[in-house]
Amino acid sequence: MKVQEFTKGILKRNPVLGLVLGLCPVLAITTRVENALGMSVAFTFVIVLSNLLISLLKRFIPRDVRIPTFIVIIASFVTIVEMLIHGYSPSLYEQLGIFLPLITVNCIVLGRAEAFASKRPVPETLLDTLGMSVGFSLSILVISFLREFFGTGKVLVFGHQVVPGLLSSPATGMILPPGAFLVMGILLALLKKARVI
Amino acid sequence: MENLLGIVIAAIFINNIVLTKFLGLCSFFGISTRVKTAVMMGMAVTFVATCSSLITWLVHRYFLVPFHIEYMRIVAFILVIASFVQLVEITIRKLSPPLYRAFGIYLPLITVNCAILGVTLINVDVERYSFPAAVVNGFATGLGYSLAILMMSGMRERLEISDAPSSFRGLPLAFLTAALLALAFQGFSGMVE
Repeated sequence: MKVQEFTKGILKRNPVLGLVLGLCPVLAITTRVENALGMSVAFTFVIVLSNLLISLLKRFIPRDVRIPTFIVIIASFVTIVEMLIHGYSPSLYEQLGIFLPLITVNCIVLGRAEAFASKRPVPETLLDTLGMSVGFSLSILVISFLREFFGTGKVLVFGHQVVPGLLSSPATGMILPPGAFLVMGILLALLKKARVI
Repeated sequence: MENLLGIVIAAIFINNIVLTKFLGLCSFFGISTRVKTAVMMGMAVTFVATCSSLITWLVHRYFLVPFHIEYMRIVAFILVIASFVQLVEITIRKLSPPLYRAFGIYLPLITVNCAILGVTLINVDVERYSFPAAVVNGFATGLGYSLAILMMSGMRERLEISDAPSSFRGLPLAFLTAALLALAFQGFSGMVE
């Protein structure tokens, strides 16, 4: 059991900014920091629990049907988290919309199941998926912060204004679809320039 | 009776699955480096999206709703899509090996393409379309995906030989191109109610 199984997901092999996977929720729900927080919680729940289960069951899953088995396990956890969010936070459920059920087909979750959880012991899987979750959450928080700040001029989290309104005329385009691609492209270029990832 | 033409125009231009709804992005960026492969991927997605919309609508109406297990729709839909794609793959391999060689590698990718699961969920959850509208929406969504990935691949082929700053080469430039495409598609918003 090594610590680097945890840390690799945060910077070196960051699932979003390094491997450029699981883009749909990254670009779609990052219009507000609040949504990104909700997505992070749902994503962490699904990836950690489904991969733990897959790691536990790896001896019993036949190789030929492993992908359908993984997908069904992941889909079950997505159903659970969907019900929980629907029950406890209907407003978040509305905001995340279709992207909550679509965690099922998120490449990061299936990718970790195929590349890691189905081959490694449980403790390592736990570290690996937790690292991936932190990496994913950090990426979408950064993107949503930039988009909300430049798009609306302020950042509101649960009614608290985290950043005072600095911009007098915000660029609304940043919270529209083009802004998502723009932020992502510039972030990737900056990281490439700095050779961080 | 819904306006079927309106659904087609909306799915291709106004709510383009890739550029406005952010679905199917992994394959959009992953497979859009060559026009030829982009065309094959577009055709495969259109075919699977149409058939999946058809099957999942029937499964939802005649299986999930009567038994009051709509909450199982994610598991049911993904199973239907996965088995359908597998079936198509086996059929094509038996019937037409050349087509399989051209098409085959893109089919498994489609199972986990969120555009497919996305459109089936939009059909029954968000829009609550009737049967013909759902099938037409699946088909038009596939066309919208093909249009987006075709434009993107054409541009990326040119961008590859352009003189871009080294840190922007490859994916960063692709994202900026997508931003410009999305900006252009914003112009269609509000065309059909």
